[in-house]
Amino acid sequence: MILHCHHDRGTPARTSTQHVTLSVDGIPVTVPAGTSVMRAAAEAGIDIPKLCATEQLEAFGSCRLCVVQVKNRRGYPASCTTLVEEGMEVTTENDDLFRLRRGVMELYISDHPLDCLICPANGNCELQDQAGRVGLREIRYADGHNHLQETSDTSNPYFTYDPSKCIVCSRCVRACNDIQGTYALTTTARGFDTRIAPAGGEDFMSSECVSCGACVAACPTASLLEKSVIQMGQPQRSITTTCAYCGVGCSLNVEMQGEKVVRMVPDLNGGANHGHACVKGRFAWGYATHAERITTPMIRSSIREPWREVSWEEAIAHTASEFRRLQEKYGAESIGSITSSRCSNEETYLVQKLTRAAFGVNNVDTCARVCHSPTGYGLKQTIGESAGTQDFDSVMQADVILIIGANPTDAHPVFASRMKQRVRQGAKVIVADPRKIDLVETAHVRATHHLKLLPGTNVALINALAYVVVTEGLVDEDYVARRCEPEAFNKWREFIADPRHSPEATASITGVPADDMRAAARLYATGGNAAIYYGLGVTEHSQGSTMVMGIANLAMATGNVGRPGVGINPLRGQNNVQGSCDMGSFPHELPGYRHVADDETRHAFESVWGVQLSDEPGLRIPNMFDAAIAGSFKALYVQGEDIAQSDPNTEHVTHALESLECLVVQDIFLNETAKFAHVFLPGSSFLEKDGTFTNSERRISRIRTVMRPLAGYADWEVTQMLSNALGYPMHYKHPSEIMDEIALLTPTFQGVSYAKLDQLGSIQWPCNAASPEGMPVMHIEEFVRGKGRFMLTEYVATEERVNRRFPLLLTTGRILTQYNVGAQTRRTANNAWHQEDLIEIHPVDAEDRGIRDGDWVGVKSRAGETVLRAKIHERMQPGVVYTTFHWPGSGANVVTTENSDWATNCPEYKVTAVQLSRVEQPSAWQKHFAEFSEEQIKLLNQESAGAPV
Amino acid sequence: MNIDHLIHMANQIGAYFETEPDRALASAGIAEHLARFWEKRMRRSLYAYLDSAQDGALAPLVREALTQHRDQVLGKIQ
Ligand code: SF4
Ligand code: SF4
Ligand code: SF4
Ligand code: FES
Repeated sequence: MILHCHHDRGTPARTSTQHVTLSVDGIPVTVPAGTSVMRAAAEAGIDIPKLCATEQLEAFGSCRLCVVQVKNRRGYPASCTTLVEEGMEVTTENDDLFRLRRGVMELYISDHPLDCLICPANGNCELQDQAGRVGLREIRYADGHNHLQETSDTSNPYFTYDPSKCIVCSRCVRACNDIQGTYALTTTARGFDTRIAPAGGEDFMSSECVSCGACVAACPTASLLEKSVIQMGQPQRSITTTCAYCGVGCSLNVEMQGEKVVRMVPDLNGGANHGHACVKGRFAWGYATHAERITTPMIRSSIREPWREVSWEEAIAHTASEFRRLQEKYGAESIGSITSSRCSNEETYLVQKLTRAAFGVNNVDTCARVCHSPTGYGLKQTIGESAGTQDFDSVMQADVILIIGANPTDAHPVFASRMKQRVRQGAKVIVADPRKIDLVETAHVRATHHLKLLPGTNVALINALAYVVVTEGLVDEDYVARRCEPEAFNKWREFIADPRHSPEATASITGVPADDMRAAARLYATGGNAAIYYGLGVTEHSQGSTMVMGIANLAMATGNVGRPGVGINPLRGQNNVQGSCDMGSFPHELPGYRHVADDETRHAFESVWGVQLSDEPGLRIPNMFDAAIAGSFKALYVQGEDIAQSDPNTEHVTHALESLECLVVQDIFLNETAKFAHVFLPGSSFLEKDGTFTNSERRISRIRTVMRPLAGYADWEVTQMLSNALGYPMHYKHPSEIMDEIALLTPTFQGVSYAKLDQLGSIQWPCNAASPEGMPVMHIEEFVRGKGRFMLTEYVATEERVNRRFPLLLTTGRILTQYNVGAQTRRTANNAWHQEDLIEIHPVDAEDRGIRDGDWVGVKSRAGETVLRAKIHERMQPGVVYTTFHWPGSGANVVTTENSDWATNCPEYKVTAVQLSRVEQPSAWQKHFAEFSEEQIKLLNQESAGAPV
Repeated sequence: MNIDHLIHMANQIGAYFETEPDRALASAGIAEHLARFWEKRMRRSLYAYLDSAQDGALAPLVREALTQHRDQVLGKIQ
């Protein structure tokens, strides 16, 4: 159960356009047809007692506490399951109802431990509230058969199940089925012995449960309860903020005692999540106060020396003087910055402003370089805006869902739950992925087609689908004629209709049977509203940008852009990927995706910033590495990113970092990059500052200060101090003022302000005079660029090919419980699920190499070698192996290469040719890594005050 | 800057534009891409290579684009 600030009306709202008028206790009320009597009563201001009903779930009608009387109708119907009818006259209170409810409640309480005073739910328990509500004063069945001696299931690290407090209302079961879609709970036995049990295991931890917490939020008693509440007691206040993990951007209520977080619960009003969350956002927040947080600035002159703790003033002055010294010595262009999608819009805006205005260069890039930069390029070229076209809710109107290179149940869990809801209503699913991801087949979901393509062949596949559309007369001619550039379309039509793109001709490239491709293309083109959702399996390829354009071509050709239920939807990995790109973090673009060479835009910024700006594109992250190794790039300010772990070809990256004369890292922990740094500026977690994040559906949501910054300053304040020290003045008093400047200078953000965000909850940009409250679905009348532009998308095979030396393809990805480089989740109890990165291998490949489950396996590529433990799994296809990169010592990126997307330099993480063999010890790199890390931890802990710098 | 790396990247861009049937458009597309997205050190290094008379590793279309559009690609950094 969640903190009672929300008025639960008992059953979900209905949206029918037909309305029904009835009276409840003589009060007339009009509600949409299909509404329950319980909800209608609540609308009239009358709360009928209830236990098994909640607004989050469809009514079940099991507790019978909500009985009412209806005029001219016999008996006492349950108001939660009875639907309103025109002219109905409902009575909610009379002597009969009073007696009935008291009897029901008496039975419940007779089997309940009466330890309310010491119960952890005391003060926030629906059973307690309802007992009071129905006037329960005595229990006549005391000392009967009960469940009081049963032991609790404490296996989950975050919540417990205490069967003695369970009233078998089945809210948890329904939450798991209907909201989360995992079907991990069942009711066992019948009658008095009825119990709730996790399916597929002895206890919650060994069951199919994915620890989303939906059941815990739904439970009306202390039966399912957060361990943090049991330990700390009930929270006293609540602040609404936004999850700092994935690109779904769930709205969360942080429930606290003073500045101490007691728990986080999903916000029922959250536009992205509608009251749901996942194991990361809901539970994995303990890292924020982890003992390894660094809260004092530190400097050192070389990475082989101990750190020296210094004051903020000294750290900032030192950084500024080093940056200026290096610029004088090596030229203005020798320094730059990297922003992070883990930081807020205001922070990234400020870092790019610092770089352009105070450093005087455009050498600023962001981690989206290594994930979704091809989305920016490809969508800008075709439809004119570097963003997804829809809101998440749009999926509820989709008839066909095409998922390409994404694994939503792990990487975007809350959206995956929503997708599954739609699939259970009948939408069809097509999955294009080398692996059998969960959405291919999971509880009550079975994909119509799984196009199990070989990594690196996306473009051949999308071209084959488009070939079928064009050659089988499935083009939406009217749409294309109205909405797209005719010349580009005709050129594309001719290009794509060439037989070299046919499913039959490309089957040997993709590994997908031609018939499957044909059937999938027909379903996508003719199955009603068709929506494409894609992830890094599309972008992180040498043809990432081509593939994004291929996706846009297919969607435009079939008329699937510009209304609810369709669209092109990039699922962003990290929470603020969209926002950090919007904020001008790319070296060639000012905020709002406008090129630095565009005079009008540049002059607008120059006049507000009071400084002349460069019209030359700056270095992208991989170019910075190359320039550092070449000796022309000397200093780097990295805010919130861990490039030493997340970027490909680790040895190349660390060589670049070692080549820098001044590396400044701003982070909450000493991350892998910080081990190469000369200045460490302690960062603030998302709980310690105000700001905004923008999720995958362009939704701008507030993050709010829950506790004061542990290091004394929020990240934006640190950037501001650095700017002032460099002689470029910044005087923001609050992040809202930074947002005001963003709105002033960025047409798509023109109408955004903190006041409006507080008023509306969240806003999906563009937000301006044309759409003052934002725009859930874009490109409705016309594309942002006017006419849609078809682009030619020839398949070019990656150079990363298998051969006799490297006969397998390695592809990388994510897992539900860990997040990106793991700096946050590795410092939480989420490790209970995933303690190490494993290499997944198909049984055939494993057998060929004599590898058994759990063996140490050497993974060798042209770039390097690492050792991981084997997990043998049939969801792989033969010839393809898979790993994650959440643990630095795993060295997944020691193996990946610098091969990158032709247009954006986004690395080709998804295709690396490798060989596997059984080994007995870690790789040479891993040994070196362990030694280096140990040395760096020693240097961190070494008593070094007073050491010369 | 590592010239092999730059040549490789330039050739990848060239490979994308190869499909364009109108060769003048393809060549202009490559030039525009380089001008818009490549930092000046990278563009300069690529031209230094082109001018070094050892430009054999560049794809013909890329060489053509660099030669035809020198002013546009190098702009004021010449
Ligand atoms: S935590 Fe989520 S997945 Fe697990 S049982 Fe509860 S609702 Fe189901
Ligand atoms: S655990 Fe809670 S939600 Fe589930 S049946 Fe028992 S009381 Fe109801
Ligand atoms: S990690 Fe993603 S899905 Fe999970 S709570 Fe956070 S934003 Fe929501
Ligand atoms: S609330 Fe209606 S039957 Fe339980």
